[in-house]
Amino acid sequence: MNQAEILDALAGLALFSDLDRPQLEAVAHTMSEEAFPAGQRILRQGFSGSGFFVILDGEVSVRVDGSDVARLAKGDFFGEISLLLGEPPVADVVTLVPVKALQLAGPDLRAFLLAYPPVMYRMLQSVSRRLERANRRG
Amino acid sequence: MVSRRAAAAAAHTEPIFPAGSYDVLVVGSGPGGLQVSYYLSRLGIDHAVISADPEPGGMFRRYPFFQRLLSWTKPHAQLAHDSTEYERYDWNSLVAFEPEHRGLMPGLMDGSSEFPSRAEMEAGLRLFVERTGLRVRYDTTWQGTSREGDGYVLHTSAGDYRSRVVIFAVGIAEPLLPDTPGIEHAAHYADTREAASYADRRLFIIGKQNSGFELASGLLQWASPIILASPRPAKLSVNLHSLDGVRARYIQPWEDAELGGGVYILNASIERIERHADGLAVHTRRSDTAEPFVAQVDEVIAASGFRAPLLDLPQVGVSVFGRSGLPAMDNAYQSATAPGIYFAGTIGQAVSGLKKYGIPANSGAVHGHRYNGRLLVDDVARRWFGIERPRPEVAPEDVVGRLLASATVAPELWHQKSYLARALSRDPDGVIRDEGIVSLAEYVDASGPDGVAITVETDDSGDIHPAVYVRRRGRVDGDARLDSSPLHDYRDAEHRAQLAALIGDVLA
Repeated sequence: MNQAEILDALAGLALFSDLDRPQLEAVAHTMSEEAFPAGQRILRQGFSGSGFFVILDGEVSVRVDGSDVARLAKGDFFGEISLLLGEPPVADVVTLVPVKALQLAGPDLRAFLLAYPPVMYRMLQSVSRRLERANRRG
Repeated sequence: MVSRRAAAAAAHTEPIFPAGSYDVLVVGSGPGGLQVSYYLSRLGIDHAVISADPEPGGMFRRYPFFQRLLSWTKPHAQLAHDSTEYERYDWNSLVAFEPEHRGLMPGLMDGSSEFPSRAEMEAGLRLFVERTGLRVRYDTTWQGTSREGDGYVLHTSAGDYRSRVVIFAVGIAEPLLPDTPGIEHAAHYADTREAASYADRRLFIIGKQNSGFELASGLLQWASPIILASPRPAKLSVNLHSLDGVRARYIQPWEDAELGGGVYILNASIERIERHADGLAVHTRRSDTAEPFVAQVDEVIAASGFRAPLLDLPQVGVSVFGRSGLPAMDNAYQSATAPGIYFAGTIGQAVSGLKKYGIPANSGAVHGHRYNGRLLVDDVARRWFGIERPRPEVAPEDVVGRLLASATVAPELWHQKSYLARALSRDPDGVIRDEGIVSLAEYVDASGPDGVAITVETDDSGDIHPAVYVRRRGRVDGDARLDSSPLHDYRDAEHRAQLAALIGDVLA
């Protein structure tokens, strides 16, 4: 992917859809792109020092104590809850196919969200949706 | 008439490794290629090494640009240069099983700096080749690749080479320019001229990572002003706790900027470069406020990094990602999508491992990837040749001491923190075995016998301490850290007690 393609990919993700071009470029330089083979954990239940991830390509399974509780794909993100709470993740996130994702170092999430309030708003919306679904189920 | 001497010379120069079929092919004669060739040779695996270069050295035949490395070798570290423990203080020698081939670099340095010169590093690699008897077919350029049956054909300037297993150690060496309009008016870092030629020139450097600061540092006494710009704020290695940040060696320009001395550091995206009568106009836009700013300069250098020169490998199934076009790999550095294709050397940094607190391993540097190469070759040996790693037995009373000794002195754990680990496991018959140095990500994610892996980690406060990963019933459910120690020595009673409490049920 060249620079323009990376920016287009970011602009197409809901999380970053409110950012202008210079902001998207700064985001592209702040987050690192990583590739994971199929069957590897990206987030590990109970491990310290995890990060925040946005899926660019591929599909992952969210597993609590080994049981599949959700599937995530392109544009979805994970890792934010444990970082916001300052606790190890309560779930594994395991790749089902080779996955490409953007990673932000855990210690950088707070400054990142404060620097880009539109991203924080989108994240809040998404987390609220998850909460609503959980409440309906409960 | 051909003299006997000429005939002997001709015989001597008869190219080694002619085109043909080999058990394993290695491409590249930089540190990555040489290190894996060394490991392969010691395991007795037949292989050919080809290189486009005329002699060993890889990127060190030319870089770093200002001829002084960023990686240290400390000759006086209270340790014998032929010990493995010394490797912690010597980032630049390749590693060997035979003591006489270890720690070659300090013997080649002139004593003026703990950072070797480029020429000293190149000499060190040449000496390693001579001493260990490695053989390389030089001046042989890999030009393309195709699949054939369950293997690959490498088309080269010396004919076709065939193998089921190919290890590419070709570096991240192809200059990468951003696609900014007008970038043709800029030079890439790789095309930087001799420093004095920048005297009195107004210089704009795209990029604020080490290469950008290296240029600014080297040109500080020549160019003025010097403007460094990129969207992301620069970060220092001492704050990031990793080589990812700007190294201490290169922060002089930063101090200059802070004190208002003619260096300017901007957080801005570069929108376009235009040529005018007065030189070049670099149009930028601030990352925070989106305000435009135009810099009038004489020269623009793009310190925008390099790509992996993988040629047509994507066409034979190698999946690549990111700006540098790195291959997606498993934890043994095998392509995630093209079985039998492996990548050694700096390209291994694409395998990020746990990257705890966002801190990467040092796989982009010799002192990191020289150990990754061992894992790679062991995987090749096991998967393709049925050669298993030795798993020596460990007496139960030695378990705690062995793990803490590793956390204190093992160079693999200190150079590849949170990335490589020492693992001990318990066989079904109760015998405890030393698995050696393993990939931590592989250990925690793959199921296997109960056991323990220990590594060294840096947390977000910068504190360094041992971390322990216990596998019970085939699964690692979390990590535990031992206390840090003022001088990083964990071989005392307190740490023994901490570790014993964590692993007693598994390796008692």
